[in-house]
Amino acid sequence: MASDDFGFGEDARMVRDLARRFLAENLGVDTLHALVAGNATAADAARTPPLAWDRDLWDRIVELGWTGLCIPENAGGVGMGRIALAALVEETGRAALPAPLMATLFATQVLLEAPGEAAHASLEEIARGRTAALAITNSRGSWDPAESDVRGHAAGLGTTLGGTASFVQGARKADFLVVSARTDDGIGLYRVAANAPGVAVHPDHILDLTRDQARVSFDHVEVDAAQCIAAPGDGASVLAHAWPALLTLVAADLCGAAEWQLQTTAEYARVRTQFERPIGFFQAVKHPIVNMMIEVDRARSLVYAAAEAIDSKSDDALRLARMAKAAASDAASFCSGRSVQLHGGIGFTWDSPVHIYFKRQKHGQFLFGDGIAQRAALASQMAA
Amino acid sequence: MAQAQDTPEQAEFRHYCRDWIEQNRPGPPPSRLPELPIEVSDAAQMDYLRAWQRRCYEAGLVGCDYPREYGGGGHTGFQRVASSELSRANVPYLINVIGLGMAAPSILIHGNEEQKKRFLPPLLAADEIWCQGFSEPNAGSDLASVQTRAERKGDGWRLNGHKVWTSLAHFSAWMIILCRTSSQHRYDGLTFFVAPIADTPGVTVRPLIKMTGESGFNEVIFEDVAIPDELRLDDVGKGWTVAMTTLLHERGAAEGAGGGGGLSIDERIDRLVQLARRTPREGGSAWDDAVLRDRIMQLQIRAEGFRQAMRRSRVEALCDHPMRIPLQGKVLMTELMQDIAAVALEVMGAHASLYTGDENAPDAGMWSHAYLNSFGPTIAAGSSEIQRNILGERILGLAKSK
Repeated sequence: MASDDFGFGEDARMVRDLARRFLAENLGVDTLHALVAGNATAADAARTPPLAWDRDLWDRIVELGWTGLCIPENAGGVGMGRIALAALVEETGRAALPAPLMATLFATQVLLEAPGEAAHASLEEIARGRTAALAITNSRGSWDPAESDVRGHAAGLGTTLGGTASFVQGARKADFLVVSARTDDGIGLYRVAANAPGVAVHPDHILDLTRDQARVSFDHVEVDAAQCIAAPGDGASVLAHAWPALLTLVAADLCGAAEWQLQTTAEYARVRTQFERPIGFFQAVKHPIVNMMIEVDRARSLVYAAAEAIDSKSDDALRLARMAKAAASDAASFCSGRSVQLHGGIGFTWDSPVHIYFKRQKHGQFLFGDGIAQRAALASQMAA
Repeated sequence: MAQAQDTPEQAEFRHYCRDWIEQNRPGPPPSRLPELPIEVSDAAQMDYLRAWQRRCYEAGLVGCDYPREYGGGGHTGFQRVASSELSRANVPYLINVIGLGMAAPSILIHGNEEQKKRFLPPLLAADEIWCQGFSEPNAGSDLASVQTRAERKGDGWRLNGHKVWTSLAHFSAWMIILCRTSSQHRYDGLTFFVAPIADTPGVTVRPLIKMTGESGFNEVIFEDVAIPDELRLDDVGKGWTVAMTTLLHERGAAEGAGGGGGLSIDERIDRLVQLARRTPREGGSAWDDAVLRDRIMQLQIRAEGFRQAMRRSRVEALCDHPMRIPLQGKVLMTELMQDIAAVALEVMGAHASLYTGDENAPDAGMWSHAYLNSFGPTIAAGSSEIQRNILGERILGLAKSK
């Protein structure tokens, strides 16, 4: 049941406003650039891409309660709704936060949908500051859990995992992983310590300077019953229940970063003069920037609607989340292209922050499926 | 039944409107009504629609928020309720759409007592139909460059000039008209008048045909038309200010003076999906084509996005600037309507060649007709290009394109 204000109350507003101030003070664009783009040639040449994040900043983020925002109070969290989290994630997207926040939140969404002690214990760990990563994708980039490349074989009361998960977000910074594995009895979900014997993280060299991604291989990794988040046969359903929140969070991140791209490009168009005028005077510059705004606003409205639908346990949550992700992916793509083009030569340089956002958006555009993928899924779900 | 934001009085009024409408639905029109009120060209249809508006007015569904001394209901926030009930009830639209949406607010805000008492009651009752004289052959987007002259003559004025795109002029008693009273100052040289149109010496109304083949607007020539000073609205030189009031309300007029003529966005998209499902294509249907499906889903996302944006615009905490979403409304709505029709033609393929009147035209030719007609709204009342200028300048502070 839709309310008047998307369920965005005073508490949620305070969290968001504080986040915006905190990030403006601690992660301005110059700080960001120094952190993730400090040395172009080193980044390019390194066999293993540098891990650019600030652990002090992360500790403060945990203290602020961001990782625990949607975790129930009885697991040490703050117990707020997805609408609050979406607004927060917009802010971290706006700052292009280089930290394992998104990765940990992805794992959190899945854990929130799993009943049982293992999930609860994992949530408590996250609320205390542990980082996590979700390992559910195969080498072909399919997000369908039924196609996981990780197999699980029963071993006594526990399970032995073997195989590889690909495109794992935040794997290199994770304390533990939430892994989906195919077993003879269906898909199971398991909590695996990142440093458990047999677990190896193989970093991907990715375009996005602000995050990390890896293949994670499992070589006879033993997990006991206490680490089983969802028993074989239950895993797919847990993932399906988490899907709207996963899509909505990525969409929120894309929207926040796109708003940065919009405001930064508009600012440039106000101050940069050529032919004795600010370049925003020219409609070939003005109109695309306006179109950036139109796309961002569309995506944001859908993000809030999706978050509200999740919070009110509406049947419509998945549809709205897919729409939000599609709109946000498209907005991110458009804003990225225009932000470079309309900054002229400067936008094309390493020294400018524009490419940092461009690359982050390109990464997020495809995460959990871009607009094309979402629209195909939406169409197939329409009643005949 | 009440909407979330109704007060108890509004909820009761909504009840009343709903009941009244149910008990007073008009019979069928003499012939099928065009989609929009401004397209009505038939005297029999005009009489039918005027009678309907009069009945709605007498029942208290029109002019609800106007003061009682000017023929209104004297309420606050009741018109929104009545309009929404009329819209959802699938009854004919209120024909005096330009009067209700543009002339009446301008007169209420800028008129003197005599003018308000003289003009508002018959306007609300549709006894007198109104049109708007702003655009000219050389003054469209650049409205301030109007050249229709009003020169002082004795106690009154002489009007000379040429207005264009004037919908409903052929049925109108009055026109709200923007004239130039001085060529010294671009903006301060403009003055606003009410001009008599029907049976007025010197006034010639000539119909203009739209690309659809239908009438929908006119040009109006003024040759030494004499009007008394009592018909001047607000002060000499205040024309631009009054025009801005009028235009502020124009979008409201376009968006809803009663429903009943056209399909909603959701209804159109539903029909488009049905069209795609039943149109054969390459061994399957058009719906089986991934590209066409993607196009249709993009339209659905835009429609849902628009709906959610309207909700979000009422939540201050979720908006950066109070006008950022409202100012996008026209561009979003008109371009979406255009693109829905365009995709329908893509779905139809060769059958897109068939127009209304051909028995084999899918959906009786509504899609090509809608597509052609869709350029009216993207051009009029501030073209999409002007809307983007406004958005860039007012919301993003970009340098004005002039």
